[in-house]
Order: sequence, then C-alpha cells, then structure tokens
Amino acid sequence: MAAPELHKLTLDNGLRVVLAPDPTSPVVGVSVHYDVGFRSEPEGRTGFAHLFEHLMFQGSESLEKLAHFRHVQSSGGMFNGSTHPDYTDYYEVLPAAGLERALFLEADRMRAPRLTEENLANQIDVVKEEIRLNVLNRPYGGFPWIYLPQVLYQTFPNAHNGYGDFTDLEKATVDDCAAFFDTFYAPANAVLTVAGDITVDGARTLIEKHFGDVPARSAPARKDFSEPAPQRELRQVHPDPHAPLPAFAVGYRMPDPVNDVDSYLGYLVLAGLLTEGDGSRLQQRLLHREPLATEVTAGAGLFGPFEARDPDTFSITVVHAPGVSTDHLLGVVDAELAAIAETPPDEQELAKVTARWAASLHREHDRVMSRTLGLGSFELLYADAGLIYELPERISATTPAQVAAAAKALRPDSRAVLTVEPGAGDAGQED
Amino acid sequence: MNAAHRTAEQIGRTDRGPRELPSLSEQRAAAELNYVDTVLANGLRVLAVRLATVPMVELRLRIPFAGTGQGYAARAEVLANTALTGTAKRDRIAVDTDLALIGGELDTRVDPERLRFSGSSLSSGLRTLLDVLGDALVSASYAEDEVERERDRLVERLAVARSQPSVIAREALQRRRYGDHPYTKEIPHAEDVAEVTAEQVRELHKNSVVPRGSVLILVGDIDPERAVAEVGDVLGAWTADRSAPELPVLADVVGGDLQLVHRPDAVQSQLRLSARAVGRTDPNYPALQLANLAYGGYFSSRLVENIREDKGYTYHARSALEFNPFGASLLVEADTASEVTAAALLEMRYEFGRLGLVPPSESEVDDVRQYAIGALLTSTANQPGLASQLDALTAVGLDPEWLRAHPGRLAEVTTEQVAEAAREFFAPRRFTGVIVGDADLLWDALDSLGGAQLP
Repeated sequence: MAAPELHKLTLDNGLRVVLAPDPTSPVVGVSVHYDVGFRSEPEGRTGFAHLFEHLMFQGSESLEKLAHFRHVQSSGGMFNGSTHPDYTDYYEVLPAAGLERALFLEADRMRAPRLTEENLANQIDVVKEEIRLNVLNRPYGGFPWIYLPQVLYQTFPNAHNGYGDFTDLEKATVDDCAAFFDTFYAPANAVLTVAGDITVDGARTLIEKHFGDVPARSAPARKDFSEPAPQRELRQVHPDPHAPLPAFAVGYRMPDPVNDVDSYLGYLVLAGLLTEGDGSRLQQRLLHREPLATEVTAGAGLFGPFEARDPDTFSITVVHAPGVSTDHLLGVVDAELAAIAETPPDEQELAKVTARWAASLHREHDRVMSRTLGLGSFELLYADAGLIYELPERISATTPAQVAAAAKALRPDSRAVLTVEPGAGDAGQED
Repeated sequence: MNAAHRTAEQIGRTDRGPRELPSLSEQRAAAELNYVDTVLANGLRVLAVRLATVPMVELRLRIPFAGTGQGYAARAEVLANTALTGTAKRDRIAVDTDLALIGGELDTRVDPERLRFSGSSLSSGLRTLLDVLGDALVSASYAEDEVERERDRLVERLAVARSQPSVIAREALQRRRYGDHPYTKEIPHAEDVAEVTAEQVRELHKNSVVPRGSVLILVGDIDPERAVAEVGDVLGAWTADRSAPELPVLADVVGGDLQLVHRPDAVQSQLRLSARAVGRTDPNYPALQLANLAYGGYFSSRLVENIREDKGYTYHARSALEFNPFGASLLVEADTASEVTAAALLEMRYEFGRLGLVPPSESEVDDVRQYAIGALLTSTANQPGLASQLDALTAVGLDPEWLRAHPGRLAEVTTEQVAEAAREFFAPRRFTGVIVGDADLLWDALDSLGGAQLP
C-alpha cells in the first residue's frame, strides 16, 4: 500500500501525536490510546481497567455527565472506547467540522475527569449487565479469551479475567480510580491520533491549544509481563450451561510481537494457512474430508494480531460434534502442523494468505475509525505508526521456511487445552 | 500504582476552571457520486459507483428470494451454504484459491426476502471476482457430497444459533408480530434441513436464482462505465424467463400484550417491543427517523440516558427501524438483569408515552438532525458502507439521488413534524412484543405491571 502522509510530534507534556491527513475524506477520526490495559490492573481489582474506561465517559471538569456523548453525537459523530491487554483506546469519528470539539472533549478528560461515587456505582451496574450479556447468559461467552489465558499463563497479569469478577468490581472505590488515573493516564503515557480531512498546521495548532496545558506527569515504568512458556501440556475443563456443542481451544506461546516482528508474521501467515477459507488445511481436513467439526479458527492474539506486547497467544479453536473426542481432534491438528513443519507450503498457498491480508489491511484503512485506531495502536506498541503500511510487504516477504518453523514451534508439550463441556440442555428451548 | 496520588476531587478541577465548548467549523459536502445505474438485457439492474478511497471493490448482489411452503426456508438455507462449493469449471478449492489470489471474499446469505452474494477484492481482480460469481450463478453444481456435508454442518450450527438468547427472542418476536407469514422464517428447522436433497437445491436454483428483479452493486476504485461493460460480458450468460420471486404482502404490526417466553435459569432477560412504522419512500419517513433517534436510536436518546446512564438497568438498549419490502417496523430492545426487567419495561413504556406528550424540543430535534446527517456522511465515506446503503435503497426502488438529497430532507423536518411522528408511531398501545427470561423470577412483577402474558 502506498504509505499516506504521516506526521509525528511530541508536546512538551510528553503527549505523542500522529497526524494522517487525507484530503479525499469529508470526515475526521480522533483517538487517544493510553498505555494501560487489563494486564496492568492490580490484584483484587480484576476488570478495573475496563470499568475505568467506562468512567472516562462520565464527565470531566468542563463536561457534565452525559455531555460527552451529546456533544459528539450532536456534531454528527460517533464514539467508543475499548480495553485491551496492553492499552485502552477512546475515539470519535465525525464530520470534519467537529474536529476541534473532539480534541476539546479528549483533552478535557485527559486533564480533569470527574470521578464520583454516583457515576462509579452506576457504571458498575452497567458493566455487570455487559458481562451478563456477553459472558454469563450466552453460549460460549468469554470463550476462549477469558478462560484460555487462565490455563496457559501462571502470573496474575497474564492469567486473570480482564472483564472482572463481580466481587472485585463491586469493591472498586473512587480512590482506586484516582490512583489509577494519576498513575496511568498521564499525557506522557498516551498517543493522540488524528486522521482524515485535516491540514497538518491546522491540526497542530488546535492540538497545542487544547492539550498543551494538560500538566505533565511522569509516565509509569512499563512492567515486564514475561513468564516462561509451559513445560508440558496443561488442560482444563470449562462447564458451559448454555453451550449446545462441545468445543475446545488450544493456546500456544508465540514470538514477541514487538521485538521479533518477522517471526510473529510467520505465525500470522500460518493461522491463515490453517483456517482461512475453504482451501485452508484445517477447514479441508475437519470440515470437509473428515467432517468432524462445525467451526475451526486459528489466530494470533486472542483479540486479533498487533493488540498486545509479549507474551502473546496463538490459538486454535474448534467447535465439534458430540461424540468426537478432544484427543482425536488434537491429533488431527498436530498431524497437520507436523505436515507443514516437514514440507513447507508452496508459494501459491502463501500467496493466497498474503493477498487476503493485503486486502484486509486496505479495508481497514478505508474506514476512518479503524485507520485512526490502527495508527494509534502501532505508534503506542511499536513506536512506529507507519509500520501498518509496511505490513502487506512484510507479510508477503514471509518465507515457506518461516511458516514451517512456526508450525514446528507449536508443540504438544508446551501448550494449554481448554475444553468446553456443554450444559444440561436447558439452552435452546423454544417456548 | 502511584501511592501519593491526588484525590478524585483534586483531579476533577483545575485552577483555570471549566472551559467553553468550541463551535463547529465549516463542513464541506461529500463529493458527488460518479456512477452508472442501468438494466442489462437479462433484466439485472447494475449500479456501479466510483469511490477510490482504497484499491478495492465491494460487491453486493441481491436476488429477491421469497418462497412459501413446508421446508422452503431449509432448502434456501442449504442453497446459500452450497452455492459457492463448486461449479462446472471450479471445485470448492478452486473457488477459494481464485478468490484468495485477488484478495477476495465472497459469501452467500439468505433471509425470507432475498438471497445475497456479498464480497470484495482488490480492484485489479474485479474480472475474476465477477467470473467466480457468474460461474456460481450459471453453473453451481450442488454436488451430492457437498450438499450432504453442508447440510449436516448446518444442523449443528442451527443448534448453536438457537441456544443464543438473542436468536430465541428474535424467533419469538417474529411469530408474535407476523404470525406464520413467510417473512418470519429466518432460521429453518433442523428437521427440515436434514431432509433437503441436492436435487431440490438444484431445482430451487434453476427457478429462483434469476437476474430479472435482482440488483448488482459495485462500489470501489473502478471506472463505472467499464465495470458495467465487464458485468455485461461476464454475467450476460445468466438468463431466465421469469422474474425473481417477491414476498407476499406483510400485514402491519398490531399492538398487544407482550408474550413471556420462559428460559429457565436465565440471568438476564431480552425485551423486544415492536410497532408499525413507515419506510424510506414514505413522506413521513424523515420525521419518523428523527423521532426514533430521540427515543432510543442513539446513545444520547431518552431511553439510553434513562435506563442505562441513570438507572444502570442495561448495557444495551436501542430503538431502530427495520425495513421490509412494504414498509418498516419499529424495534425497541434491551437486555436487562432478571430483577430489573419489569422496571426496565415500565421505563420503556413511560418513554413511549412521554415522547408523544412531551415531544422532542427544538434543541433535541437539532441534535438528532445533526447526528443523522453526520452518521450518513461517515457511513458512506467508505466502500463497504456505501455499498450497503445503496443495497438497502435499491431494494425499495430508490437510487443514489435519494442518498444525495436526504440531508436536505432532514434539514427541512420541523419540530412539529417530529412531534406528530412521535405521537403517531410511539403511542404505547401500538406496541406488541416478547420478553425472554426466567418466568419464575419475572412473572409476579410483570403480572402486576400488566400488558404481559404467560406462554
């Protein structure tokens, strides 16, 4: 992809800024990525990073509760935020006329959010409803992203439930919020990205005006979350009362996403080779040649690739017919991995995966929201927003030998297997 | 964490104090669309639009696909799941390989109204994308083994789908508001699927996968004239002597009690309420669109501010217009914990009544107007968004000019027209619906509230 124009600057308070002007678009995207995710939340406060994300929408010094939403939407825009293992992002996408408003809103909550008892209590209720909706009341809720890390990892940051336990959420205090904000929400710990219908000079002036006097605070030292890979196969069973079919997920460790990009990309291509499209190895084998499974997917990162620093997870998930054992299916997965390790894939098989990757990166670039968020997360994690535009070429340069090496490294004696045990059939009832 | 942190009060204020919200600057309009909209000799309408944001092209093909009778939905679903599993020229793997090498995807979905092929590829691969599509339209083979395997997989996937509370609620709502109309058959029954044969699917394809009445949309980094010519070359051989089958007329939604659907041990309930509305071709549509936004159609709406941001009853609450070939219906939904379900329903109904009695103020109407105009601009600024918008418009006979003129229509709606739409379409007695949840926990409160009935 032809790299569009990118400009970077750093304000005196340490805020890093990425500008990506695009004169063809009538809209702008504004995002702020803070360098804190659920891996950084304290023990006894599972789910806190996500709960705090909700609170950042609840008002700030210049904005009453509800004002943030109203100002974005009455400017014709949309907004959201999301919490990831290593960062939390906030964004607005709106007609270009609303650029200064979006910058004002982000600056105001970076400077002085209102952290109140009332808003905290309300958002604990909302987050609990979110968890009921996405996890507790539905089949395969939280599978595998909540439960697989609990098997694959040993340390609290990597293993715990990022959505949080209700008991921990209910314990959260306003003082916890103040400590969390002061520690992690410093301008020097954030990246501001502005993309779309802007001029570089115009945007820079507005950014200085609104963010320039956010007081500097030191960014926290980044913690090292590394831990040794498992020395054997670890297994756990997860009962799911709503699930109609058995399923399992296999988790493996993978290369450092930030410091060993090319090896990481080998795993990404391997994932495509295994489960992307009707011609992929595992779809062929498990859905068609010996139809034992209903769905099979593989991927780098439990939320998608380029979302986390080391350690990151490679996973394969299979939903399958009752009466087929996990061991049998794992045997099939291992055989397919061994075949790739032994006979590296040919150029055409790789070309299929790399062309689809190039196309999907174009599609992400097309949406101002995903373009803005992508540039911001690459700047935050890699200190290199422009890397996103090098990816198609880097992925295309992946060699058969790299993919074979990735397949070889996914060893049965160093992985986690999480099995979903379907419930007692109260789900799926119609009346 | 930082031991010597400030207090929340200290964090929440600065010496300078609150600041003033900046005003909006001048907005430039979206670029004019460069497109060709034409009907080919075989009866297929083709709309090709240039939007060269990225070197890709989006494709949507909508084929009206209504049918009636036992097992129709099952045959249609199996067809949709096997249409791209092999043709006279390509087997399943060749289809995937040819698409993959142009960075392409192509999927097929069916609902009671239409069969839809939806995909994208690098724009340099448009010819191949059309060729794979045309190949399936003209010569999909529906080999016995492919049909049997997909059929068996489908039975399993249906079981997974039907265990989702949202799907349980959707099926119950469709029955509640439209009875046994073919429009309600969104998800086939597993036992019907199990009996579908390859021969039946081939027969259905021959009779119903036809160009006349269908619409093909291409949006991307393309030359519209040349793209239409290419479509003519590649899909010209797709012919039939009949038109694509349209749905029988759908009766309007009539108000009534909410039906409680028992889901034992559910920790959360699905509230789904619905009423008659009007579609995009109706002169009242712009006012209704704004009234709906004010009720629950965006985050800053009365419903969301009440039951989420004030009371914390829900994470997800919204109100939306659902379009069908004859008009539209309002769908108001929220998922709430069992203990607050009745209270959430009370608030939903209260807001229905209030929308008519205390209609949206001038500033509320301005807010939703700006939101509607901005959201349209944003959602049509990329290829998939524009393709999907045009797909919805062409389904009811509209064209890109409607899209261009819509901001003007929204700008002209008066506060009084929004109030009239609120009174007409949001009157509480006009709603019917369902509640899915644990009846043992819900019934006492719902019974005392009234307007709900047991299964």
